[in-house]
Amino acid sequence: MLAILFCLVAAGAGAAELGPVLTDRSKLGFVSRQMGVPVDGEFRRFAATMRFDPAKPESGRAAIEIDMASVDAGAAETNEEVTGKNWFNVKQFPKATFTSSAVKALGSNRFEVAGKLTIRDKTRDVVAPFTVTQQGNFTVFEGALTIRRADFGIGQGVWADFDTVANDVQIRFRLVAAGNK
Amino acid sequence: MPNEPLISRYTPTAIALHWLVAFGILGAFSLGLYMQDLPISPAKLKMYSYHKWAGVTIFLLVLVRLAWRATHPPPPAPETLPAWQRRVAQAAHHLLYALLVAIPVSGWLMSSAKGFQTVWFGVLPLPDLLAKDKALGELLALVHRSLNFSMAALVCLHVGAALKHHFFDRYPVLARMLPQYFKRPGS
Repeated sequence: MLAILFCLVAAGAGAAELGPVLTDRSKLGFVSRQMGVPVDGEFRRFAATMRFDPAKPESGRAAIEIDMASVDAGAAETNEEVTGKNWFNVKQFPKATFTSSAVKALGSNRFEVAGKLTIRDKTRDVVAPFTVTQQGNFTVFEGALTIRRADFGIGQGVWADFDTVANDVQIRFRLVAAGNK
Repeated sequence: MPNEPLISRYTPTAIALHWLVAFGILGAFSLGLYMQDLPISPAKLKMYSYHKWAGVTIFLLVLVRLAWRATHPPPPAPETLPAWQRRVAQAAHHLLYALLVAIPVSGWLMSSAKGFQTVWFGVLPLPDLLAKDKALGELLALVHRSLNFSMAALVCLHVGAALKHHFFDRYPVLARMLPQYFKRPGS
């Protein structure tokens, strides 16, 4: 129903509406460094809505909501730890969100999105470069940004030092939306 | 140089490598045993890294040892030792070398399968020979553990035999592996 509504709006406005982001084809991953060793992780459940027209990138919009309990940080005991109080504290802060504020073109198929990222009770302005490619009937948005975990209060208490787990964490996203421009 | 020694000894290099590896595996084994049941903490992550760094270091020392042994044959076992004991000793030594290679390699593969690359001293990344695979990681953990307990049993035999020959049988086998400093007066 909502999709139909979106399509109608798209048709009406003549803008490039995309179908919903297909989370089973998409990936929201991150790379942390533990004792100098890059360790892959990801969030298995998230929802994203996007609007994007390569001809009018500044009209692009993105909103992502991440289920923090769906984290896979690489190992069972790590998952238990990172969902706990010192890290994501999912009981108190079950969701993280990203809301875009501006999108601009960087040339060829490269763009940059600025927006607000909220994890736990901290909101920070972030900027992420990304590429847009058409793959058949899908539009694929791919990019990465590096955040500092301390900015969001992630990793407190004994983990507050950066000598075991580095402050910098790279977030990598590959969001696949149905429909092309 | 003194006159013809009474016993044929290992070369100083072989002796140094033997004891470096011996204390290395004692440390890495104890740490490995201790760290695995700890609750997750920064200290535990550090210990895992130190354990892996030690494992890589021991592995390299073992490669040097093998190369040295291949080019510098060890002194033959004393003729006075019964033949079966010499055969058992040789088999045990070969098995020890096999485990010295297999144990760090199993740890390295386990690490890769569990999705944690081994980065020597946090600086030099070792290639991941296996892709992340949870079930394989569990299996390799069992392999690593079993090989280690086999090594522990074999080391007990090795040390026990060396001490028995030294103190009870008075066969000069331990002295061949000790630095000159420990040589008995008069020998």
